[in-house]
Amino acid sequence: MEIDPFVFRLSIFILSIFIGYFVVWSVTPSLHTPLMSVTNAISSVIIVGAIIASFSSLDGSGISVSNILGFIAITLAAINIFGGFLVTQRMLQMYKKKKKKDK
Amino acid sequence: MSANLSSILFLITGILFILALRGLSSPETSRTGNYFGITGMVLAIVVSILSVDIFFTNLIYFLIALSIGGVIGGIIAFKIPMTAMPQLIAGFHSLVGMAAVLVAVSAYYNPESFGLGAFQAIKTASIIEMGIGVSIGAITFTGSIIAFLKLQGLMSGSPITFPGQHYLNALLGALIIFLIGYLISNQSTQIFWTLIMASFLIGFLIIIPIGGADMPVVISMLNSYSGWAAAGIGFTLENIALIITGALVGSSGAILSYIMCKAMNRSFLNVILGGFGTDSSSTNIKEKKDQKPVKSGNAEDAAFLMKNASSVVIVPGYGMAVAQAQHALREMVDRLKKNDVKVSYAIHPVAGRMPGHMNVLLAEANVPYDEVFELDDINNDFSNTDVAYVIGANDVTNPVAKTDPKSPIFGMPVLDVEKCKSVLFVKRGMSPGYAGVDNELFYRDNTLMLFADAKKMTEDIIKNLN
Repeated sequence: MEIDPFVFRLSIFILSIFIGYFVVWSVTPSLHTPLMSVTNAISSVIIVGAIIASFSSLDGSGISVSNILGFIAITLAAINIFGGFLVTQRMLQMYKKKKKKDK
Repeated sequence: MSANLSSILFLITGILFILALRGLSSPETSRTGNYFGITGMVLAIVVSILSVDIFFTNLIYFLIALSIGGVIGGIIAFKIPMTAMPQLIAGFHSLVGMAAVLVAVSAYYNPESFGLGAFQAIKTASIIEMGIGVSIGAITFTGSIIAFLKLQGLMSGSPITFPGQHYLNALLGALIIFLIGYLISNQSTQIFWTLIMASFLIGFLIIIPIGGADMPVVISMLNSYSGWAAAGIGFTLENIALIITGALVGSSGAILSYIMCKAMNRSFLNVILGGFGTDSSSTNIKEKKDQKPVKSGNAEDAAFLMKNASSVVIVPGYGMAVAQAQHALREMVDRLKKNDVKVSYAIHPVAGRMPGHMNVLLAEANVPYDEVFELDDINNDFSNTDVAYVIGANDVTNPVAKTDPKSPIFGMPVLDVEKCKSVLFVKRGMSPGYAGVDNELFYRDNTLMLFADAKKMTEDIIKNLN
């Protein structure tokens, strides 16, 4: 009997939850705010869905509802991607070690 | 691009995202981690563009959308003050939620291009996944909007409750589950849109009863939801990158919620049911205790105490963020260090309005991160400390949490500042903290109250340190 591809995706999903669990517990508490901004940025990978939506059947047969929704979704996800990664970078630049005393 | 190749590349995206989170285990590796994240995102976008059949004109639409979003996102990222980080994150979560809803609606009306079957004849598994994804996305959207409004101060931070609220929520929750199941047999637009509307409504309803200072839990929770929404869409679109990312973000947010709840000694359910801090009983206690004498001092007394101390611990809280006092605070600490006073910072997990909020603010003010300690690492040091400088924190220092089982905050881990030789409390007035509990510390003999705005008081102390 063949295994449904859904089972494979479910396996990936469950294993990723475990990876997430262990990786996130090792995040130092002082970086919890950047953690939130970076998880927010990466969850905008939903842009791949938006790309499919906005390009679907755009073959000259006119613009469909999907295309418009996809266009908006790309814009929203892009705000998140740029905003999320840049603000994370900005925060991480601030975390500095103690300077040596001889200055 | 073949489906197999793109799947493998999406898997690589997932791995890069895991490395991005892994990097955050220490500040030194975190910046590299962020580059992994950016690389993963670029890869995901390029792969998905190459896997759709597109014409040049369509690419222009994509670039327009990307640039609009990029410019807006870039401007926000550079302009946003660090104190406003909680509302920014809440706002960003709402965008993820909305994007999930839009993608799902688009897939619903045009399933052919997603390979999900035909309109209103979508494969059973896909329609369930889509229903779950769109519902969580919608909840994330309205919930985050409310969280944003509360954090931005555009809406009162106090809990909004009404009779029958929990029943209404339970009813709506049951309706949503029923509708998702009903979509299997009937994919009509009415059912689909009712599902979306019910989800929007419940997202709104579950956040309004939650008080302002429970926001660390709420933001973490919405963080988690945005992940599950992405995973739901990932299952619908059969996209590995989305499934992995959704799982990572979902568990990350869940862990943060757990940490925040534990730091307040409250169950997750208790936070979600909301209405905390409005007990009439705690108000009565406050009135009774107001009669007790407190010692209050001025900047000169505080400066004298700290100058002659050998060690000082700073305990910042949300009040510091509100008063934007972090830079003045750093300056004060610099002066103290010149006088050979040993200074460190103690941060309670729920200080501020989101996890790690205080750490970012102190980092912004150029405080080296190795001078900043978490609750567990510093709590034993208070007994060897001369002065605790509590600035804008209240409930997280209240010894009642250790002594009075009747107190609403009993059992919450607190910073043992009362063990210091003297405690300086910068506060605008005698009002209790967010929990509505009077702080016993105010009436102790070794406590000196400094009634002023946090920033102004700190600046005055700096003047007196000269």
